[in-house]
Amino acid sequence: MTRWGVTWGAAAMVKHDFVYFFREGLKNMSSHRLMSFTAISMTVGCLLIMGTFTLVAVNAAMNLSTLSNSNEIVAYVNEDWTEQQGRALEEKLLAIPNITAARYITREEALNAYTERNPEEELFQDLDPGIFRDRYALTIENLEQITITVRRVEHTEGIAKVSYYEEMASGIVTVRNVAAIVSAALIGVLFVVSVFIISNTIRLATYDRREEIAIMKIVGATNAFIRWPFVYEGFLMGVIAAGVAFLLQWGLYAAVTGAIADNDTQRLFEILPFARIWLPVLGSFFGTGMLVGIGGSLTAIRRFLDV
Amino acid sequence: MFLFVIFSLPAGPVTRWGEHRLIRLKDVELEYENGTKAIQGITLSIEDGEFVFLVGPSGSGKSTIIKLLTGELLPTFGRVMINGFSIVNLKDRQIPFMRRTLGVVYQDFRLIEKKTVYDNLSFVMRAVGANPREIKDRIPRILRQLELEDKADCYPPELSGGEQQRVAVARALVNRPSTIIADEPTGNLDPDRSMDLMRLLIKVNQMGTTVLVVTHARELVNRFGKRVVTLDEGLVTHDAVGRYVGGRRYG
Ligand SMILES: Nc1ncnc2c1ncn2[C@@H]1O[C@H](COP(=O)(O)OP(=O)(O)OP(=O)(O)O)[C@@H](O)[C@H]1O
Ligand SMILES: [Mg+2]
Repeated sequence: MTRWGVTWGAAAMVKHDFVYFFREGLKNMSSHRLMSFTAISMTVGCLLIMGTFTLVAVNAAMNLSTLSNSNEIVAYVNEDWTEQQGRALEEKLLAIPNITAARYITREEALNAYTERNPEEELFQDLDPGIFRDRYALTIENLEQITITVRRVEHTEGIAKVSYYEEMASGIVTVRNVAAIVSAALIGVLFVVSVFIISNTIRLATYDRREEIAIMKIVGATNAFIRWPFVYEGFLMGVIAAGVAFLLQWGLYAAVTGAIADNDTQRLFEILPFARIWLPVLGSFFGTGMLVGIGGSLTAIRRFLDV
Repeated sequence: MFLFVIFSLPAGPVTRWGEHRLIRLKDVELEYENGTKAIQGITLSIEDGEFVFLVGPSGSGKSTIIKLLTGELLPTFGRVMINGFSIVNLKDRQIPFMRRTLGVVYQDFRLIEKKTVYDNLSFVMRAVGANPREIKDRIPRILRQLELEDKADCYPPELSGGEQQRVAVARALVNRPSTIIADEPTGNLDPDRSMDLMRLLIKVNQMGTTVLVVTHARELVNRFGKRVVTLDEGLVTHDAVGRYVGGRRYG
């Protein structure tokens, strides 16, 4: 307690002066416009590359899974089992992990399906159902586990043989995994790059302010107090970048999907309409933009705070 | 979301050394990185509420002592205590709270050039969490006291040396610290304004604030009859009440 009537001893509770910090952040940003513009443009670029790559990957993954019926395997029942015995297997099969559905198909149904599928081949029109077997169509949940699941099914008593498109299944899994890994890695790299760019831009813009920061520290400002305007500055730049990148991404997506639709008259590709993905795109752009902006500005001033 | 409430750390002294909030240097030595031995073993106590002039020839280490008191420099040897804080043992996050007990007028002013005079002052008040009403109330008064009321919206580079110096004084006073340290606060002022500033510092001292003034102004020192500590080549050569006792080099 000094005789001027100010108490220093008590734990001071300082309200977060949002208006002040925000206004200071805004002032910082507009006092070096070129720097801010550069940082924002760089972030927009990185967000666009990340976004475009992710959208391509998402569309590709969706087309891959619709293209494939390979998550169905066929398990043939022993020839000498009666239909009753065969149907009783259903419970056992469903108990195997990774199998979500089991549909029993009698040999007659199999024959009908076969002749329907090949109507021109008269040779097959009056086949004896005896040459077919009763079977199960089993739906697999996770393609990556298909080999283990198939082995389990094969070992079930009453199952003679299992057939599935092994190569196709594993091929799809590989493509999907590679796409996931590559996009994750690329997004990670671009994230770091954006933080680096923003951080360097703000550091250049802050360089002439290190004297000012030193003065702030010498008069008793805490690091947190000095940092807040920079946090809001980074936040603002991130949000602006996210907004711009979102609009550009929208335009780009519309243009590219329009061009594909014009050329792909047979509708081989299924394309997600932007209306169905705008929310996650906007959300992740804002999230990433904010992280990049705040992270960038914090790393930029860290060095100047050691006074 | 933005109504964060920040609980700042306890602002009080952490490492006490003696009962009073005073300034103590014990066997302090300081060697700059380039090998200059600016302080060569100083022991000095300044009691709570004292008024002390620190004099001595140029290069004798006066500003260096101030940097030791604000924690800008750590002594190469010895201990420094100020207002209950031990500079050597101070944790980084305690430094701001130690500095808030001090109001320092630097020889080179150290004003923020991109902020107006008003904002230079309001900044230090905000930094310690003063409320806006208090800020609006106190700053105009202190500006008037230092004849700066019509300079409130100027930026420091637009001011004369003496005006900048008075802004630096205003900033040191505005948070009502328990200790005022002024390095050549009259260096750029005309004789009348120098007298006024000294009277202001004496008044502040009479209200209980410890005041340490570095100066070359012999007449001022002699006029006030306060304690005078004389430095030469990094050592205390005189410490007595009353007159400016020049070192050898003062002829
Ligand atoms: N940053 C520094 N690095 C190296 N040497 C320094 C530094 N600052 C000061 N010195 C040296 O330390 C000694 C004391 O300097 P100081 O600034 O404390 O003197 P002073 O008493 O304040 O002088 P003046 O009256 O001219 O302001 C001088 O010899 C000076 O050259
Ligand atoms: Mg000096």
